[in-house]
Amino acid sequence: MRIEEQIVGSVHLCIGQEAIPVGACAALDLTRDAVFATYRGHGWALACGTDPVALFSELLGRETGTNGGRAGSAYLSDPDHGFYGENSIVGAGAPIAMGAALAARYDGSGRVALTVFGDGAMNQGAVHEAMNMASAFDLPVVFLVENNRYSELTPIAAMVRRDDLVSRAGPYDMRASRIDGNDVNAVRETISEAVATCRAGQGPVLIEALTQRLVGHYIGDAQVYRPHAEVEQARAKEPIIVLSATLRADGVSEHELAGIETRVRAEVAAAATAALAAPPADPTAVKEHLYG
Amino acid sequence: MTTLALAKAINEGLRKAMEDDPKVLVMGEDVGKLGGVFRVTDGLQKDFGELRVIDTPLAESGIIGTAIGLALRGYRPVCEIQFDGFVFPAADQIITQLAKMPMRSLGELKLPVVIRIPCGGGIGAVEHHSESPEAYFTHTSGLRVVACSNPADGYSMIQQAIRCDDPVIFFEPKRRYWEKAEVDTAGADWYPFDAAKIVRPGTDLTLIAYGPMVKTCLEAATAAEEDGRSVEVVDLRSLNPLDSALVMESVKRTGRCAVVHEAPVFSGYGAELAARITETCFYRLEAPVLRVGGFSTPYPPSRLEDHYLPDLDRVLDAVDRSFTF
Repeated sequence: MRIEEQIVGSVHLCIGQEAIPVGACAALDLTRDAVFATYRGHGWALACGTDPVALFSELLGRETGTNGGRAGSAYLSDPDHGFYGENSIVGAGAPIAMGAALAARYDGSGRVALTVFGDGAMNQGAVHEAMNMASAFDLPVVFLVENNRYSELTPIAAMVRRDDLVSRAGPYDMRASRIDGNDVNAVRETISEAVATCRAGQGPVLIEALTQRLVGHYIGDAQVYRPHAEVEQARAKEPIIVLSATLRADGVSEHELAGIETRVRAEVAAAATAALAAPPADPTAVKEHLYG
Repeated sequence: MTTLALAKAINEGLRKAMEDDPKVLVMGEDVGKLGGVFRVTDGLQKDFGELRVIDTPLAESGIIGTAIGLALRGYRPVCEIQFDGFVFPAADQIITQLAKMPMRSLGELKLPVVIRIPCGGGIGAVEHHSESPEAYFTHTSGLRVVACSNPADGYSMIQQAIRCDDPVIFFEPKRRYWEKAEVDTAGADWYPFDAAKIVRPGTDLTLIAYGPMVKTCLEAATAAEEDGRSVEVVDLRSLNPLDSALVMESVKRTGRCAVVHEAPVFSGYGAELAARITETCFYRLEAPVLRVGGFSTPYPPSRLEDHYLPDLDRVLDAVDRSFTF
């Protein structure tokens, strides 16, 4: 849809990284917890429970989008499902999540805030500010790093002294772990423990989930900075293949797996069709909602 | 009526807001036990506790981010930025997050965050402790930007800012913190905080100012009277949104106008006012709209600030120049 110019503007896909939002959101209680994501956040919105039609509508600039077509691919939000939005300022969601976690101090709700960002965000000052304050105040925040090895278009290894980003937890005295981010069950288990730690008042927690993008940083990125073989190797270890293998080993039949894929493809196609039929955002309302 | 200094009046306003609404929180660097470097939050932590008056790390971006998160969860945080120049490390969160989120969520995500900034020079401090950064924020859609100039306004405007569901940048003229005036702390029939006010009526020329320069302009108007010139002074109070109706009515009536602020003249807030006034009042103007402000240089060391800052003479010079046309 982007290539056909039905969607306009930058689009950042999370293909290859799906296990992280799916596993993490399965561990959260989205009736009370809050998720703060990045521009690579469509998967996070869906995992939080956003209606796929509303998501596609937002990407297409439709009135029926999550944000009425005023946010687009990189900024959409759906607070009714605990999704407090994407962000295209790298790392900017971290202090905001920390504030949402601070709120849990007042209402005793046990609510947790999860902020997800990429490896590149670990070099942002705002992330340091958030980790420091969250640990100084024992706040219930899960800092989740999706380490896909590329800080936008440059290898993270060239931008840090140590590329085991989980080691950053030490100076903040945070509990931390580094996991295979392509294993949805491992993600769910680890985030469940992290959430329990936070609810018990022992947060924050840092999780580094290792993964790889199967596509460019944005649609149209030719990935000239990346060896072709690396993407091919990554394809063999991507989350859906990993999960399918696990399910087969657990006795799920090929027929059942094929049925799931067919149903999901049909659901996505129907959502896209419904969104395309929705009315575009009204340009005459573009100045509305500046003030409440 | 009570006689209060500006710092104390804002303190009383904060106290009243915290009493009225348990969701109001105060946060910032040294605002708790110390009560803030200018003592504007003095005694609040003692009376409302450490949960509601929060000493934060020296991390301005983190402070504003935290406030946004709190606001998303239904609280009304009031952040103190210790000195004007310290707002620049927070600019990321203010400009890219705070100002943008409400509109792009169609108002669903409300961010009732107040950012108090002691602003301007004149206290013998240094660069980054004496600046007037208002134009950076008036240029950013989605923020309300207001400036109080006296104790009565400090008391009422801070409470209105806190009650407002929009993000508010609240400028406090630090050199006026210790100046006293009558404040009505009993009444709640407040002049709207987004409206300008004619603080001295006149017929020959309009001086437009806000924050620290309002008093300077009032003094200039008194001095000009001795030369037989009747100068009107408008205290803008709200920079964005701008109370255009009051400003234009005044300038159309007097036919002459000078805008006065401490910030550098080049690309300063006065440039926007001059352009708007010229567009709206062109056929009623007897002279071009003049601007009086700081030099377009970094803020100077304190021994030179008296030279840098607009004063009575510079304002009167602008009045004189207006009458040469």
